[in-house]
Amino acid sequence: MMLSKKIRIAALATAVMAFTSGGALAQKKYDTGASDTEIRIGNIMPYSGPASAYGVIGKTEEAYFNKINAEGGINGRKIKFITYDDSYSPPKAVEQVRKLVESDEVLVVFNPLGTPSNTAIQKYLNAKKIPQLFVATGATKWNDPKDFPWTMGWQPSYQSEAHIYAKYLLKEKPEGKVAVLFQNDDFGKDYLKGLREGLGAKSSMIIAEESYETSEPSIDGHIVKLKASGADVFISVTTPKFAAQAIKKLAEIDWHPLHIVSNVSASVGGVIKPAGFENAQGILSAAYAKDGADPQWDHDPGMKAFFAFLAQYYPDGNKLDASVVYGYGAAQTLVQVLKQCGDDLTRENVMKQAASLKDFEPDTLLPGIKINTRPADFAPIEQLRMMRFKGEKWDLFGDIINGDLSN
Amino acid sequence: MSAAEEVVTEAPAVEAVPKRAMTLGYGTSLVVLGLLIAVPLFAKNFIIFQMTMLLIYGLAVLALNILTGGSGQFSLGQSAFYAIGAYTSAILMEQYNVNYALTLPIAGVICFAAGFLFGQPALRLSGVYLALATFALATAMPQLLKLGFFEKWTGGVQGLVVTKPDAPFGLPMSQDMWLYYFTLVITIAIYIFSVNLLKSRSGRAFMAIRDNEIAASAMGIDVALYKTLAFGVSAGITGVAGGLGAIAVQFVAPDSYTITLAISLFLGMVVGGVGWLPGSIVGSAFIIFVPNIAEGISKGLSGAVFGVLLFLVIFLVPHGARQVAIIGQQLAAKLKKR
Repeated sequence: MMLSKKIRIAALATAVMAFTSGGALAQKKYDTGASDTEIRIGNIMPYSGPASAYGVIGKTEEAYFNKINAEGGINGRKIKFITYDDSYSPPKAVEQVRKLVESDEVLVVFNPLGTPSNTAIQKYLNAKKIPQLFVATGATKWNDPKDFPWTMGWQPSYQSEAHIYAKYLLKEKPEGKVAVLFQNDDFGKDYLKGLREGLGAKSSMIIAEESYETSEPSIDGHIVKLKASGADVFISVTTPKFAAQAIKKLAEIDWHPLHIVSNVSASVGGVIKPAGFENAQGILSAAYAKDGADPQWDHDPGMKAFFAFLAQYYPDGNKLDASVVYGYGAAQTLVQVLKQCGDDLTRENVMKQAASLKDFEPDTLLPGIKINTRPADFAPIEQLRMMRFKGEKWDLFGDIINGDLSN
Repeated sequence: MSAAEEVVTEAPAVEAVPKRAMTLGYGTSLVVLGLLIAVPLFAKNFIIFQMTMLLIYGLAVLALNILTGGSGQFSLGQSAFYAIGAYTSAILMEQYNVNYALTLPIAGVICFAAGFLFGQPALRLSGVYLALATFALATAMPQLLKLGFFEKWTGGVQGLVVTKPDAPFGLPMSQDMWLYYFTLVITIAIYIFSVNLLKSRSGRAFMAIRDNEIAASAMGIDVALYKTLAFGVSAGITGVAGGLGAIAVQFVAPDSYTITLAISLFLGMVVGGVGWLPGSIVGSAFIIFVPNIAEGISKGLSGAVFGVLLFLVIFLVPHGARQVAIIGQQLAAKLKKR
């Protein structure tokens, strides 16, 4: 009898041990900013100042997280989205991000906007090992997991977009003479660099370059100069206001080169319509997201979900505004990452999951464009599709092109 | 009425502030100093960082205060000198591996020279015209910093990332706390220097020019020299503040030093009280914290809320913090009598 009792105790002990160790395996793990009920997400946006038009991205994201919370949150946890204004000023960005990290104690800093602001906070966040996740800028330097393992981009980089145009030109117009108009800032220069790299040995195709400052009231002078160079390809690396001016001016001076507009300014509502549909026929660009103004997506299930979200959670949001589409897609990607994290909400695991997204397709991306990341590849969206403006909308053509910088 | 008479009867642009009213009493100074030393010991790193920025902007406002409150000249171009100081420190630290503490006097000297030189053509201008000329300087600076020619040093539009210094001698304090006390020592040194400057012969010359240029020159003051000197000193202090700012923020970029910064500094001076040096810290607190408060009230309308708050301050206490301090003093005196 003694023996059987001993055995029973031993069995019980093993069972208890098994249970506790099993419990340890499924134990919830948290870093500062996450708990059983809440995940705190920080963000900075230029709600005021020169880039305040982008502020709607933050508002859209806030509305999207409200929707997620109303639907029960992520694995039972509600998202608390704390967003501050940095007025597009790097010193202010540092102050606000430090407030988010040290005072609000957020788990991650998500989608902070602007190359200067992100450069200013990158070193700090990496030193503190806090994810600087899906930064809202197209600079190429965010894909650098070796030196900055806590920083990750989201949208296609300017350089990879430029590569796509270079590939197109080499194929379709190898004898072309290219004139480039670019904005004199990180966006313009990154782009130009990508273009030169993409053209490779044939970078002498670029016969004229003109840069402009955002403070210039008109860029007409530059365009006249570029026309005089005798180029037959015009690449407009411009932000919306100037892209529209360029399209108009080209028509005015009767110059009809092959016209490529950067994706930043491909908005039908914000650029093409003000410049006049008749002036914009045949313009080329590339896209990765669907355009809310384009009727071809009216019956698309992804865009239907997007429109339903706008109607219920963000009625002020303008579906024609590309920034709204952008904020929705970025927020959806973050939610996917947090879902993958399960109950292991440590900063390390957030980065690990963000670096192992597999064929994820947010509602607002073009069909076939998928988000893929690896520990050595911190560039979530790398594909774009070329498109040509026809009538009152963009016509997509050709295959999805990978602008991957490694090939 | 002759032109000269007209100038004489015209009210001075900046109200005359008696010398003694420019500083705090010893008791109050010690209390403020004690607070500035003690608070970081109990605060989070983020608060310490904010206090560091408070001191840095305080220095920049103080510099403007010497120029406007002391010598009666306006400037909307302080952001340009701040930028020169910041870039000088950043470039020396990152490209030439100079110790951060050594970069500050260099930044100060370079800015002093820049300010002194800019003061020469500015001599011919006064009042709003001078303000406009300096305004041009502030608008030009960010674009100059982006020029391809300087890109080797400035990093162009991408700016420069600056390494934050560790506490020396293995002192057991965080980088933030070390930088705070480092800034505090410099701030106190510059504050004492400024107070003594304004009390000195040169300071009296500044104020004589401010109160009445013609009378000042009749007294034998070299108006041109002292006006440019005021510009130089102001620019030099702003440059030191800029250098400290670059180290604290760990990043310099052209977009950090736009005209908005110049206007903020001007705002800080007015809110703190023109010509009242201790007000500089109050003004600096206003430009750092009030935008945050405004944002807390309404995100979409933060600019409008800020405007309303600013309007209230200007309307209720047009002489800024100095007026509040005087009212406080009078109340205290009344209480004592009873």
